[in-house]
Amino acid sequence: MERGFNPNIIGFLCQWCAYAGADLAGTSRVKYPSNIKIVRLPCTGRVDPVYVLRAFLGGADGVLVAGCHPGDCHYKRGNYLMSQRYMVLQRILDILGLGGRLKLEWVSASEGGKFAEVVKGFVEELKSLGPNPIRELGK
Amino acid sequence: MEGVEKPRIGVYICHCGTNIAGVVNVKEVVRFASKLRDVEVARDYTYMCSNPGQELIKRDIWELGVNRVVVASCSPSLHEKTFMGTCEEAGLNPFLFQMANIREQVSWVHENSFEATEKAKKLVEAAVNRVRNHESLHIKKLGVVPAVLVVGGGITGIEAALKVANSGKKVYLVEREPSIGGHMAQLDKTFPTLDCSSCILTPKMVEVGQHENIELLTYSEVLGVSGFPGNFKVKIKRKARHVDMDKCTGCGLCQEKCPTRVPSEFNCGLGVRKAIYTPFPQAVPNVPVIDTEHCLHFTKGVCGVCERVCPVKAINYEQLDETLEVEVGAIIIATGFEVFNPSVMTHFGYGKYENVLTGLEFERMCSPSGPTGGKILLRNGREPGRIAIIHCVGSRDENYHEYCSRVCCMYSMKHAHLIREKLPNAKIYEFYIDIRAFGKGYEEFFNRVLMEGVTFIRGKVAEVTDYAESPEEEGKLIVKFEDTLLGLVRRLPVDMVILAVAVEPRKDAEEVAKIFGLSLSGDGFFLEKHPKLAPVGTSVEGVFVAGACQGPKDIPDSVAQGSAAAAEAISLIDRGEVEIEPFTPEIDENICVGCGRCIAVCPQEALTLDEERKVAVLEEAFCKGCGMCVASCPSQAITHKGYTARELLAEIDTLAG
Repeated sequence: MERGFNPNIIGFLCQWCAYAGADLAGTSRVKYPSNIKIVRLPCTGRVDPVYVLRAFLGGADGVLVAGCHPGDCHYKRGNYLMSQRYMVLQRILDILGLGGRLKLEWVSASEGGKFAEVVKGFVEELKSLGPNPIRELGK
Repeated sequence: MEGVEKPRIGVYICHCGTNIAGVVNVKEVVRFASKLRDVEVARDYTYMCSNPGQELIKRDIWELGVNRVVVASCSPSLHEKTFMGTCEEAGLNPFLFQMANIREQVSWVHENSFEATEKAKKLVEAAVNRVRNHESLHIKKLGVVPAVLVVGGGITGIEAALKVANSGKKVYLVEREPSIGGHMAQLDKTFPTLDCSSCILTPKMVEVGQHENIELLTYSEVLGVSGFPGNFKVKIKRKARHVDMDKCTGCGLCQEKCPTRVPSEFNCGLGVRKAIYTPFPQAVPNVPVIDTEHCLHFTKGVCGVCERVCPVKAINYEQLDETLEVEVGAIIIATGFEVFNPSVMTHFGYGKYENVLTGLEFERMCSPSGPTGGKILLRNGREPGRIAIIHCVGSRDENYHEYCSRVCCMYSMKHAHLIREKLPNAKIYEFYIDIRAFGKGYEEFFNRVLMEGVTFIRGKVAEVTDYAESPEEEGKLIVKFEDTLLGLVRRLPVDMVILAVAVEPRKDAEEVAKIFGLSLSGDGFFLEKHPKLAPVGTSVEGVFVAGACQGPKDIPDSVAQGSAAAAEAISLIDRGEVEIEPFTPEIDENICVGCGRCIAVCPQEALTLDEERKVAVLEEAFCKGCGMCVASCPSQAITHKGYTARELLAEIDTLAG
């Protein structure tokens, strides 16, 4: 494993819950590592599985998808749709040797602290996994 | 056209005073941004959202021909609309704009200046690469139905309904109970002015009942809402009253003769009502309902007294529930609160000792129309000599509700005053953690109660018990507590204990949230759009929340919010049109094969299949722009305006690399 490896994470966050939760972490000044960069989407149901693969192909070490808790989706069932895709994606990523690099979490607009915890935990997990092997191949 | 014009991107980095610049090296980000492809100009400014800040952008659009704008500042939920407006004022399509969130998601959450600056640079670069692919979009406008639905007929809903109705607009006021009035109708006096609660409420209730613009739907519930802001369709269930509202004169003979006695909900179970009843004498409408769970006609098929005695033949046992559908432009949710049931806190002995009451039960006891006719009595009919009032029962307690319920200190002091008025010789003890007397005239009321000889003891009560340790404790309730000012654990024998119970969200708050598409905050109350700047707005445009359903509130605050929500609804209707966000999908009929996957996932039923042409067709007014169809399309036939694959992939590729 690289020394001092600092994973690069892309976050796909729904604008109603998780993005607002991440904002709340900010307004509450809850600190978390700067490894995550967030893409704001209307709903986790908008996350095209191809975008997740594209992020890994581009070299991201981890992808976090975060949206509303089950039953709270602003569009009723976008988060259910995402959790179905998540299960399929996990199988594919396992086969590609990218297992453990995709995370799906439910973070409400009032859970700023939870968002920070999720990021902290994911950074630690990715540190133990090491860099994205696709990125290594390109070296 | 912008589409073919060479992109000339203007990048603006905000210091936000020291909020951003204190952590992020803004100058460095500007230097970095100015070197990015297609960036015409990169600037920084102390407050981009200020007028001079916005002027910078406008001038660059006019003088440098900037045709795409990136602002790196706070969260888009705060100022996206501001800067889109700036672009529009300068003649640029507002959607040729992208925001990078470097405050809430960078400077406020990362401490290391180097790392924060690097992340800010990445986010700016991603925004630049995204905005390069943006296309002009156009907002559609639709008319607004000039009617408002108010859900909940407590003081908040009453106030909102009257304000809207007085502006000349139609109001549908839906209340679940047989009468409007809510919790305020149950109160005896109100703090700190000691107004008689029903004396100030009843005139407003009557006004609602008689208002030509208000259609009052009591004993009714909202089943579902469809449509979109400005044009909601609402399904309402009117439960069968079994009393014809047009015929009934409210004479009350049926209630008098009905043989079935049921504990009265209005009196917190302390008194009885009949199986045909109005909850309280001043009910609006003054038309009773038959409680089919207890009525002998419905349970055993006997009796029929009410039908026989009714002089106008208004009783109708055959009446059925009705469902009606109304169209409204705006919705105001004012569903109120419930009081905490203290029986789960077993150490207070509520439910075990008959003279341990909740604040609301005591309120009914004080009311002249209540079960004791306004007399403060123990269950054995005697007057209590010593009364303990315990604050913060279920509030400010991490095991139940972390928040302060905001009304308990004041209503407890009001109770002390009422006791002093009715029982001049009684000894009154208030057990408090802190006294919170924050409103107008509240601190003065606290001082007044202090002067009336009420003993305030700072400390939490450990237990209420009937286990006597000395002769003077025999037959009493003993309050065991720690006096934190004296640093002593003590015992105090009393006759009656009043628990200042918490205000909590209604049990069905989650269901209601689902019907209207609202979110709940961590405490279980409805989440407002912004805690300070949009206190009655919600995440759904055209749906407003007011009163205690958003969080514990006293009457003045509830009334203020009812008015605020009414103003929002009136302003929406008077504007006459709503803007439909343009983030809708666009289906390329040359690519679409009509597989129907998008139709299956669409939560709004906005998509249908054109059988003949074998393509999916969108009804734009129903679409809310979630993009589920886009992500489900196997042939990339759908473009999500504002979130196109090109835009998102440009952002993702930048962030991943």
